[in-house]
Amino acid sequence: MAEQTSTANAWPANPADLIPAGRKRLGWGLLAIATLGLLAIIVVQILYKTEMSTIGFDTWRPVIYAYVLWGVALGAWQVLTRGEDGQRALFLLPALLFTIAMVIFPTLFGFYIALTDWNLSSFTGRRFNGLDNFWQMLADPYYRNALFNMVLYVLAVLVEYVIAFGLALLLNAQIRARKFFRVVFLLPLMLSPVAVSWMVGKSLMEYRFGPAATLARHLGWENPAFFSDPITARISIMMLDAWTFIPFMMIMLLAGLQAMSREVLEAARVDGATAWQTFWQVTFPLMLPVSVTAVILRIIFKLKLADIIITLTSGGPGGATDSVSSFIYREYRDRSNVGYGTMLAMAYLIIIVVFVTWLLKFASRFVRNVN
Amino acid sequence: MSVQTTDYTVSEIRSPAAFIASRVFIYGALVFWAFVCLFPIYWTITTSFKSAVDVTQGHLVPFVDFQPDWKGWRSLGLSPDSIFQTSTVRDEFLKRFMNSVITSVGASGLAIIIGSLAAYGLVRYRYKFAWFRNEDISFFFLSQLILPPVVLALPFLVLYREVALLDTRIGLVLLYTLMVLPIVIWIMRDQFNSIPVELEEAALVDGLSIWGAFFRIVMPIALPGMVAAFILAMVLCWNEYFFAALLTSTDAKTIPVMVASQTGSQGINWWSMAALATAAIAPLAIIGIALERYLIMGMTAGSVK
Repeated sequence: MAEQTSTANAWPANPADLIPAGRKRLGWGLLAIATLGLLAIIVVQILYKTEMSTIGFDTWRPVIYAYVLWGVALGAWQVLTRGEDGQRALFLLPALLFTIAMVIFPTLFGFYIALTDWNLSSFTGRRFNGLDNFWQMLADPYYRNALFNMVLYVLAVLVEYVIAFGLALLLNAQIRARKFFRVVFLLPLMLSPVAVSWMVGKSLMEYRFGPAATLARHLGWENPAFFSDPITARISIMMLDAWTFIPFMMIMLLAGLQAMSREVLEAARVDGATAWQTFWQVTFPLMLPVSVTAVILRIIFKLKLADIIITLTSGGPGGATDSVSSFIYREYRDRSNVGYGTMLAMAYLIIIVVFVTWLLKFASRFVRNVN
Repeated sequence: MSVQTTDYTVSEIRSPAAFIASRVFIYGALVFWAFVCLFPIYWTITTSFKSAVDVTQGHLVPFVDFQPDWKGWRSLGLSPDSIFQTSTVRDEFLKRFMNSVITSVGASGLAIIIGSLAAYGLVRYRYKFAWFRNEDISFFFLSQLILPPVVLALPFLVLYREVALLDTRIGLVLLYTLMVLPIVIWIMRDQFNSIPVELEEAALVDGLSIWGAFFRIVMPIALPGMVAAFILAMVLCWNEYFFAALLTSTDAKTIPVMVASQTGSQGINWWSMAALATAAIAPLAIIGIALERYLIMGMTAGSVK
């Protein structure tokens, strides 16, 4: 350890020349051994799996252990060669190594799978087929339909936002039992969407005896089938998803409302503004940054929508309610079509990245402190 | 978020009639939405005590409409009269339940550890890995949030088979950690930002190392934030379905997968289905109600400055 008292401005640099050369050599040696070990295991394993040698392991798991050890060695190397700077780097290294291993490698691997014809249930195994999957995707009406559904589902966020804002305003009004209502309103967020969609979608909204259907009959809808025609089925899915996630936006908006300064509202009132004017000209503009953050986060979650659809409609009727995720899920589950499914997923990833980047750019006009 | 005292300014009360109307509207809306939130839960819990006839006739109120019965819970082996008997369904249920507990606690714990460390580093120090600076690294972590599960699912299916992690709890823990890590980093960055640097500087002057200062001074202060992040991560992991459905089959199946696979050959047994759903949502409902403060803290981190 470097014998140094760090004072206020000592964060950035600590003289590296305080570290003895022997210690540095030790650090480099350790890293070199670990790197060589990792590479050696990978090479041995590749040779074994391609049947060019007989020495190796049954699975690739030893490579993971080697990677973990290599990570430890990397940390030790940082501390040994860079002293206090290395200790600082140690804060970041675990998360960084973890994320890189879990995201970068599988994603790159995914791009490779996307270019192969690979059906797990066929005997031919993996076969490179270039862009065939891509052309097949462009001609796939069900995938286009799923993408179109995603647009609708994302647009539904605006309705959710209006409801969530209304609820936040209610909770922010001068009411009794505020804590009770807040807990109750928050409850849907904590419940498993799968369990709830089963109980709500399959029994509460069940055509013959479900209370929701009975209520709908009383209200004059003669044939309350919630999941049989495309439009109603989509709306039902949207409602179930909204039920789960409205509290999420509501809580963020409520926090925004409570952080708003009372003086501004008082000033508006003194100036004789009506409640309606106060809302549109003071509250809403002041809430814009929080609103944008809440809506964007919600859209990001919405783009992952899958579990409700998988358990409730499996995309039916006729693929009308499919989200991209649930469509790909079935492509794998029903047809074991890994190659094509991955191509769809990768295309979706690119669409999402472009869309969200655009969204953030567009939103940065309203919000300054979001990255 | 304390309850404000009700002090009405003069202009707010325009006339008694308008005041009463606005009160009626506000409480009406509140009660309506509370009903929307609670009724499905009520329906789930009561259905677990119904018999087939009571379900198909849409009976709602116990003791008035129908006679409650332990039927659903008996089929799970969790009713008072069957709890001491051997039950394969209960063993199965308990196994799935433990899988859920282990994966969600394990993943949240792991994410809190590496996420807090990373968030602290990013808040306090300046890094430079090649051409990546702090902002780029932060963005790298947070951008994982937009990665849809479906992109990783199929590659992981193949990779996990190669490394023998398919259908294991460890495999799920690793994936869930990845899923909640951006959220944890987001919350913890906000937490560490609110702690004054002077505290650590004083600790360093007193001879603590960087890591000593982190564990002895910073961590205790940031503990509420860690609890908040942990609970939010717990909720997300407990309710996760997509990865669990794809990557587990017999050993590591979690509760949501078990719930979703309950269609029998002769239709759905509503009572046992409802009992299972109740058991699946109960733990989080209890945790959520008890620790609601932390949940709210976690969700609002970073959104309001």
